[in-house]
Amino acid sequence: MATKGERILEVRDLVKHFPLTQGIVMKRQIGAIKAVDGVSFDLDRGETLGIVGESGCGKSTLAKVLMALERPTSGSVMINGKDIAKARGAELKRMRRNIQMVMQDPYTSLNPRMTVGDIIGEPYDIHTEVAPKGDRARKVQELLEVVGLNPDHINRYPHQFSGGQRQRIGIARGLALQPEVIVCDEPVSALDVSIQAQVINLLERLQNEFNLAYIFIAHDLSVVRHISDRVAVMYLGKVVEIGNDVDIYDKPAHPYAQALLSAVPVPDPEGREQRERIILQGDPPSPANPPSGCRFRTRCWKAQEICATEEPLLQIRPGTTHESACHFAETHDVVHVN
Amino acid sequence: MSKTSLDELPAEGGRGNGPLLDVDNLHVEFATRAGVVRAVNGVSYSLNPGETVAVLGESGSGKSVTAQAIMGILDVPPARIPQGEVRFHGTDLLKLSEEARTQVRGQRIAMIFQDALSALNPVFTVGWQISEMFRVHRGMSKRDGMKKAVELMDKVRIPAAKQRVNDYPHQFSGGMRQRIMIAMAIALDPEVLIADEPTTALDVTVQAQIMELLAELQRESNMGMILITHDLGVVADVADKIAVMYAGRIVENASVHDIYKAPAHPYTKGLLESIPRVDLKGHELYAIKGLPPNLLDMPTGCAFHPRCPYRQDDCVTDAPPLYEIGGTRNSACHYWREVLDGDQG
Amino acid sequence: MSDMPQAGPVPQDTQTLTTDEKATASPPPAGGRKKAARSASLWSDAWYDLRRRPMFIFSLILIAILLVMSFWPSLFTSINPFDARTCELSTARQGPSSGHPFGRDSLGCDVFARTIYGAKNSIIIGVTTTVITALVGGLLGLIAGARGGLTDTITSRVTEVFFAIPSILGALLITATFRDASLGIWLVVIALSILAWPMTFRIMRAAVLTARGQDFVLAARALGASQARVMFKHLLPNAVAPVIVVATINLGGFIAAEAALSFLGVGVQSPDISWGLMIADARNRFLEAPLPLVFPAVFLSVTVLAFIMLGDAVRDALDPKLR
Repeated sequence: MATKGERILEVRDLVKHFPLTQGIVMKRQIGAIKAVDGVSFDLDRGETLGIVGESGCGKSTLAKVLMALERPTSGSVMINGKDIAKARGAELKRMRRNIQMVMQDPYTSLNPRMTVGDIIGEPYDIHTEVAPKGDRARKVQELLEVVGLNPDHINRYPHQFSGGQRQRIGIARGLALQPEVIVCDEPVSALDVSIQAQVINLLERLQNEFNLAYIFIAHDLSVVRHISDRVAVMYLGKVVEIGNDVDIYDKPAHPYAQALLSAVPVPDPEGREQRERIILQGDPPSPANPPSGCRFRTRCWKAQEICATEEPLLQIRPGTTHESACHFAETHDVVHVN
Repeated sequence: MSKTSLDELPAEGGRGNGPLLDVDNLHVEFATRAGVVRAVNGVSYSLNPGETVAVLGESGSGKSVTAQAIMGILDVPPARIPQGEVRFHGTDLLKLSEEARTQVRGQRIAMIFQDALSALNPVFTVGWQISEMFRVHRGMSKRDGMKKAVELMDKVRIPAAKQRVNDYPHQFSGGMRQRIMIAMAIALDPEVLIADEPTTALDVTVQAQIMELLAELQRESNMGMILITHDLGVVADVADKIAVMYAGRIVENASVHDIYKAPAHPYTKGLLESIPRVDLKGHELYAIKGLPPNLLDMPTGCAFHPRCPYRQDDCVTDAPPLYEIGGTRNSACHYWREVLDGDQG
Repeated sequence: MSDMPQAGPVPQDTQTLTTDEKATASPPPAGGRKKAARSASLWSDAWYDLRRRPMFIFSLILIAILLVMSFWPSLFTSINPFDARTCELSTARQGPSSGHPFGRDSLGCDVFARTIYGAKNSIIIGVTTTVITALVGGLLGLIAGARGGLTDTITSRVTEVFFAIPSILGALLITATFRDASLGIWLVVIALSILAWPMTFRIMRAAVLTARGQDFVLAARALGASQARVMFKHLLPNAVAPVIVVATINLGGFIAAEAALSFLGVGVQSPDISWGLMIADARNRFLEAPLPLVFPAVFLSVTVLAFIMLGDAVRDALDPKLR
């Protein structure tokens, strides 16, 4: 197995626009939803990149583009130096062995009419070169064991398992082809609190065991902090801040990141009256018609004229330790009470 | 059963002695094909004016069923309330006639739900739905009702309320829809607001907006709030008292500060240790082992014993009562002293 | 909680963690591993389950009897209703008597024998039309729902054209146009199939669209599953239930539609026999002599019931949650 730290995934200037059309017969494009609009990041082997943002920020579309379930409008997704966004046919199929996903909803992500053995064994049916046919049942049972389920339950159906157990089945399916990257799209948000911890611990253990790299997409900032080495904050299709977990959580520089963090409730009532809370006004603008310049300016308390005319680039700003996309970036800890 | 009339309730604004709302030994059962499910099993808590009581629990713990029993919106059958009282200003709501309950519901005790989209009627404008409260309960004219609706939408800070009063629910974002629900709930100045997972479907920044709005409305009107949630963060932010539910029972009952400082029940303790925190980078999370029990096949003794690190032999045989601890809090654990001290089993 | 991760090579054969949830799962059956090696699938489990359903067995027995009756009617009655000598006008509309348990019809022919011999045409029309519409409509619905886009737009518009045709009028038109082709009852089958497949198409397409929106389809695509695999492994098993139900209910409708066509002078004609024709013939004199109508009607109902029970049993067996 390759060593930790080697670059495995390079995403460059990724753009995904969904055209908005009018008319039934003569379709005419009247605009586009700019779901992902110029996103770049790298991921190393064994590393976890957390992606946080609120609904509509484009994080789920990003996951689909990374998984080649949607073709990007432009940009590249290089896995081991090859662009999965441009791959087709047999090459794409081969590349899929390297990137797999764990989905949010344990109830709809497993086919209710397939046995657990068929679900976890499906990757081997599709990629017959990975495991000889006679080996399939044994491999499936090993996978069940790895994710902490009883290998004898191979002939059961998804509805016979609890939500947490189903999520383990989904994880086992993702592991079957021994991918190097796993995209986790809100993998614990549908689970009860006491079950969340079990699944998070499992994901962490598997990462160490198999040297997996994770893209961990979630709206729960606490979970992301717990599991991630680096974190990217998205707003309206763009990454507004990216850095390691200490950078983002203890020294956030972008006003949106600060507002987002200050809104996360801390499970400790001590000092709750003193805690700083930045309450944003209104809702995010529509991704079909984002504001000019900085996309956050319409809700930003620091906004000035330049924000409307000049788009701030994602770069390291004076006085900060990591990249942020704000003309007036300034480190400010909002999470800890002094 | 004697039917108490609504007249025995103090008039609006009048405050009786004792707590505003007192849930006492409430039981709720559901008759299902597989057997009787005891969803709520002797739950008691009380609420004072201006106070926020959080009912904390995971899915299936009975927290929402309790709220529905208080509101009187359970479907009977299959639900049944074999015993218990819900006293509002000292009057047992469960003994009121349906007519009298309708008077209390919505006017004196109001409720907001998790899913605002399905709680609003998609074919009526939001203004119409808000003003309906005034037309039905206050006999206002359409025009006055609409005027009130705009006022309320302003109060819950929906921008451009005047222009948006004739919009339909789907034209609003999730956060705005939740505000409309809140507007309907507070329309008639209720004394109790039951919020059932009000922010679970919302993003954190919107959650912060909604929780702030609720806190402000509560301060203004001194209403009591029952907040039903699974989110330990939200609870720590807003609650005064907490009732932790597990498998249909309250397992711990205390002030918010006591619980977070030193939980006295292993389940509460496990929950608190199992959540990651945004202000700390922990190492490995503690995970409560196993699964919540099947309500049709409850463990003997203490319902939590199969998952409990403090379990002793008597936990398997004897269900623990709700022990009183220092006169201020309760825990349904034989070994609450050990849990408080933190000596693991 | 010693969930501590282990680094290094994959220890696949050793139990590496204390499994939280496993503790609550039921204990493995004796001999565990070996038994689990029998790998179940939806279809094998469904078949295993069906064989244990009394409703399925009962409906199969009924259908078997009906089929034997259709193809070897002489096993059930010694009277050959095609032989004009078995009818006696003088005994027209007589009630049941020895040797004529269902009585006689308006031409004095034996109702029992005619009912038995009528089964063939009615069952062939009902069953083949059902199978053809389910296959054609189902397959097209599956493709349209799974592929979407232009394929879906075109097929959906085409079905709307068919929906616009009033069914009896359409069937009349088709049968009248091709009546010289000497296709016999197959002409009726073709006419009914042409008019009825859009219904199955719509139901299948709607069910496929619902299934397609679920995450497991996305997961299969992310694994690199081919379109055929997604269609037949994932979409079809999750969409087939409503088609089975509607198809078996429609079966009775087809037998009745055949009666309407006979009545209008196309489709099965005297001296050939079908239940529909018998019911149509007996209608006018129903109040005086109900039996010539009641008996074929009862046979028709039993046939429809048998197929509906079969459909229900198959549908339930294909849903793991109902087993």
